[in-house]
Amino acid sequence: MQDSITTKNIWGGGVRPMVASYGKLMMWFFLMTDALTFSAFLGAYGFQRFVHSDAWPIADEVFNHFPFLHGEYPMLFVALMTFILIMSSVTMVLAVHHGHKMNKKVVLFWLGLTIIGGLIFLGSQAWEWYHFIHGTYEGALLGADGSIAHFVTDTTNQIIRHGEILTGQNALDFIASATEIKGANLIFNEYGHPLFADFFFFITGFHGFHVFSGVVILIIIFINVLRDTYEKRGHYEMVEKVGLYWHFVDLVWVFVFTFFYLV
Amino acid sequence: MAEENSTRQIWIVFWVLFFLTTVEVLLGIFKPQFMLTNYLLGVTLLNMTFIVLTILKAYYIVATFMHLGHEKKSLKISIVGPMCLLIPYLLFILLSEASFHGAIG
Repeated sequence: MQDSITTKNIWGGGVRPMVASYGKLMMWFFLMTDALTFSAFLGAYGFQRFVHSDAWPIADEVFNHFPFLHGEYPMLFVALMTFILIMSSVTMVLAVHHGHKMNKKVVLFWLGLTIIGGLIFLGSQAWEWYHFIHGTYEGALLGADGSIAHFVTDTTNQIIRHGEILTGQNALDFIASATEIKGANLIFNEYGHPLFADFFFFITGFHGFHVFSGVVILIIIFINVLRDTYEKRGHYEMVEKVGLYWHFVDLVWVFVFTFFYLV
Repeated sequence: MAEENSTRQIWIVFWVLFFLTTVEVLLGIFKPQFMLTNYLLGVTLLNMTFIVLTILKAYYIVATFMHLGHEKKSLKISIVGPMCLLIPYLLFILLSEASFHGAIG
């Protein structure tokens, strides 16, 4: 039908010049604007990190825990989270693929796995947040000027402040003016500049909220597939649209992973 | 046949993403010395590698998983175009205004 309308008037209405439905196009444009939001966040993060580079914590020294293991394992846990999210992106694309073929049962299988992957990711993020908020056993000293210092291992009168070791009277003066802090929140951060914690909570929190909404939407779609909604409609395009959103969440994590944990 | 091919392609892209992420993680753990002391465009070679690999991963996710590679050219341009234009613009404004206020450079 649509092909019979003259191609000369492709933008005149009644045709789909981009061969994509309204819903799919709008999902694409939403994701594009959302990507710009995340670029602004990560840009601001990079900028503040550059300005406060002397007091900026090294991510490897902050996020070096792994469940059930003692000792320090930088990168390992966040690498696992990345693999989980990539894996759930694959299961999602397989669900979309079988949706095109109207294989209801196979769609349900892959959608279910995607939901589980999303939930594991959210749990991992909660674990990471818990350890960041809780902090280390030793804690840190917060100076009156806002600088952060740690005791040199096995001493009570030598401190290391932003890479510089203080001893003698300088150290004692600093200790007298300082308060002891543990962990990180929006006000202070035992690992370094408080803005690091603010950006961490804000950016991974905003991303985590995207994952959370994604899981909720996937569950709704799962129930709809179960109730034959798309079977009656004649196509599984809704699975495809939610799939776009889910891949976008994975895409954002790829960038968060790079700029928070690697660079 | 075509369906077999697209499932195959999905798994190929999965292994590509898996491999690229593994390379990133290994570089992040071992941090080779020559990559920290050499610079490319004012950025250490290590960070430049991370950024290039990340953009490569983004390309594979968008082109294959999000299927943008098989969409109409006009749709591709209207999504990728604004990104390529606005993200550098955003960073440019951030950096130029910051230097105006004396926060950097």
